[in-house]
Amino acid sequence: MKFGIIVFPGTWSERDCYYALKNVLRQEVDYIWHKEADLSHYDCLILPGGFSYGDYLRPGAIARFSPVMTSLEAFASQGKLVIGICNGFQILCESGLLPGALLRNDHLEYRCQWVYLKAENNQSPFTIQCQNGQVLKIPISHYEGRYYADSATLAELEANKRVIFRYCTPAGEVTDAANPNGSLHNIAGITNKRGNVLGMMPHPERACEAILGSSDGNIIWESIIASIQRNT
Amino acid sequence: MPVSKETLDEIALSEAEYQLIVKRLGREPNDVELGMFGALWSEHCGYKHSKALLKQLPSRNKRMLVKPGEENAGVVDIGDGLVVVMKIESHNHPSAIEPYQGAATGVGGIVRDIFTMGARPIALLNSLRFGPLSDPHNRYLFVGVVSGIAGYGNCLGIPDVGGEIFFAKCYTTNPLVNALCLGITRSKSLVRAKAHGKGNLLMLVGADTGRDGLHGASGLASKAFQEERELRSAVQVGNPFLEKLLIEACLELAETDWITGMQDLGAAGLTSSAVESAARGGSGIEIDVLKVPRREKGMTPYEVVLSESQERMLVMVKKEHQDKVKALFARWELDSQIVGEVTDDGLARIKEGEKVVAEVPVSLLTSPPVYRRRVKKPEWLKQLQTFDILSVPDLSPRKAGATLLQLLASPNIASKHCVYRQYDHQVGNDTVVPPGSDAAVLRIKETKKAIALTTDGNARYCYVNPYLGGVIAVAEAARNLVCSGAQPLAITDCLNFGNPEKDDVYYQLKECINGMTRACQKLRVPVISGNVSLYNETTGKDIYPTPVVGMVGLIDDVARHCTSGFKSEGDLVFLLGEIRTINSSIGSSEYLELIHGIIGGNPYVDLELERRLHRCCLEAVKRGLVNSAHDCSEGGLAVALAESCLVNHLGFISDDWKIEARLDATLFGEAQARIIVSLPPRAAWKLQRLAARWQVGAKRLGTVGGTRLTIEGCIDLPLEELREAWWYGLEKCL
Repeated sequence: MKFGIIVFPGTWSERDCYYALKNVLRQEVDYIWHKEADLSHYDCLILPGGFSYGDYLRPGAIARFSPVMTSLEAFASQGKLVIGICNGFQILCESGLLPGALLRNDHLEYRCQWVYLKAENNQSPFTIQCQNGQVLKIPISHYEGRYYADSATLAELEANKRVIFRYCTPAGEVTDAANPNGSLHNIAGITNKRGNVLGMMPHPERACEAILGSSDGNIIWESIIASIQRNT
Repeated sequence: MPVSKETLDEIALSEAEYQLIVKRLGREPNDVELGMFGALWSEHCGYKHSKALLKQLPSRNKRMLVKPGEENAGVVDIGDGLVVVMKIESHNHPSAIEPYQGAATGVGGIVRDIFTMGARPIALLNSLRFGPLSDPHNRYLFVGVVSGIAGYGNCLGIPDVGGEIFFAKCYTTNPLVNALCLGITRSKSLVRAKAHGKGNLLMLVGADTGRDGLHGASGLASKAFQEERELRSAVQVGNPFLEKLLIEACLELAETDWITGMQDLGAAGLTSSAVESAARGGSGIEIDVLKVPRREKGMTPYEVVLSESQERMLVMVKKEHQDKVKALFARWELDSQIVGEVTDDGLARIKEGEKVVAEVPVSLLTSPPVYRRRVKKPEWLKQLQTFDILSVPDLSPRKAGATLLQLLASPNIASKHCVYRQYDHQVGNDTVVPPGSDAAVLRIKETKKAIALTTDGNARYCYVNPYLGGVIAVAEAARNLVCSGAQPLAITDCLNFGNPEKDDVYYQLKECINGMTRACQKLRVPVISGNVSLYNETTGKDIYPTPVVGMVGLIDDVARHCTSGFKSEGDLVFLLGEIRTINSSIGSSEYLELIHGIIGGNPYVDLELERRLHRCCLEAVKRGLVNSAHDCSEGGLAVALAESCLVNHLGFISDDWKIEARLDATLFGEAQARIIVSLPPRAAWKLQRLAARWQVGAKRLGTVGGTRLTIEGCIDLPLEELREAWWYGLEKCL
């Protein structure tokens, strides 16, 4: 099993993803420069966080045109797993692989803080190791993380259980006060229709060791590993 | 004299200095040469007023790998083949003019100083000073500076893990923005900023050169300039994305043997970076300005060599490897251009095509005059220091609770979370203790070790007593580190002062450095790098003398680090160090200014006790005796206790303290050398024995428990009320 971490100019959480997967979860991992086209060696691709192309124009708006994105689309269409974290989520929305958009936080400030996420659907390949409704402590770090979609899209997401994570209180209540950026329906992460592409604003790679404040992120990585093992 | 006084004024050279240049050069310098002298002989680059004083700061010990000033930043060996590289720098004046870009490019500049040495930047800290937030202009500066730091730093993926913010009237319109960066690398990968080896090439990488920053902090300007240029912004605009590419490319380059050195372009641009590199390497340099990629047409040689455009690096490339170096940069989508070469004639030669436009000995440019003055203690300072504390009526017990709430809500003491939540403080996966504790703690991957970082400098103390203020700045930083379980290793300091040509300011500078020197010697922490920012004044009024001490410490076992919050019900709380109440310790305190509107009276510090306390605390943390350790500083004992309660929402009930001294000094006095620890009752005798061995006082204060802060006879408040004041105190002012 092999993970590939895609690196654009300006990406910065590739090293954290690498460390979490390699040193904590003992997985095989490669960095993939955004100009590469051959993704056939990989079982799961990660679009990590950062400021690809400086977030100039709009976050993700330039990175979506990188050569690797064509191959990534083909990769996803085979049903293989793709996880976009933070800037990765923004790139997935810009490229149309996920619906909706990530707007500037409602309070107009950058936010780096711990948040609590309710795992809404534990049938997803990204959450199969979660209890349904389990609360995960994972941090956010973004300026543009307010999930927005039109009401038809939102209804479709909800009806098909494509909302995977919602911001909640430590006790698991989905409230306005627990919403750190004004996301509609407290949405922190969604999947595509087929369920194999996840975008999430919080950073699971930062929550893999108790000494850093939480190891709940491992539940997501272990879910991915278990899903891949189940399918091979 | 062919040069007008106005011209000299604008490049900040005196007539005597001009005559010295003519004498040493044996002729009149031309415009370009004069501009280069102005830049390199400025206080910013040449330290002419501060060098003689700075020399006395201790700068050596066995862990230090380079001398201060020898490289872009200081280097400390932390074992396991690893070194940390650290420096702090000011960007005060640019931030006063354009707070967002001023602060942003301040971050950019200090980060370049670190990766230019081949070290990956892993932490940023910011020490900020502003005027009161009741003034809308100060709010504008505050919001702009904080967003500038966030905007630039977050984009780079370097965690911003700490610092401090302090408000006082003297910083109105002259905020202080000091940025500290720390990097880490293997000692064998360190890159020096030396230009040597005749025929090696000078390669300029990164942004094109524009006219921005020509009138920058280094005081570069000339009346000969045309008007339109004078109107151009003096503040550079940052491009953090470009900087991020430079970081990755330069760190990759540092692992090769294709280069002999690297140097970033900061103040005075190409001039200082090329000339200083040549001086370090004992060589000369030749640059052709026509080869420098420009962003504007019609730039003169003067403008090209003195431009302060951001995000540029000068790389000293071995001739035979130039194609490989160019290819490496191209892969990172960076432009690079050979602009000159290293020579062996000891001259800095600037050409425009074939025409030589400047030719001056490097040694002459890098040896500005050094000034030393005899000054007397100002009369007004004597009055401030002899202020009689007894003339202030003591606090009545009935008012103690309300006073505590007032102090907790004061922007100088209140939680700074509304600032640091805007900074990514976690990226890098090393942040074990985030901002908000006494010191930030970052683990060092693949070792058991961690480093702790802090910045400190109480300028009110320095205003009233520059010597004691200097002592305390160092002592407090070290105290913050030992509270987290770290052995203090090294200091980087930023000295922010007023106009040194005034006797009073020179006196402050001299006394403050004396105080810092004394504390550095006593606590055995060397100063490995730093920066001086003088001429901080507005409408003729100088700022408080503001030394900022950035200190790094080493934790051998990250599992044994310590934090400031109480951890469990039933733990006993002890005060270590100065256990007597010193009545005079409300001198220069936050309490005295906030409640009585008085600034005066010497702060109180016992440096000998401080040294023993640090050893004692460090041993207590290392042996795992204590569950929390918190430095007692602004706001005194009562504020420190409240802070320890608020971290984990655990209350405190005092023993009967039998208060005989003044109540205000007991609760809010700011005597130094005090640390509050909590520990399980069964370990109390061990702590007491340890304290006795180090001849450090240990006084039992009370017990952790409940959800109130109770100090018998004067304070009894629910934690919610304390939290409300402390958590929202700063936010409410914005």
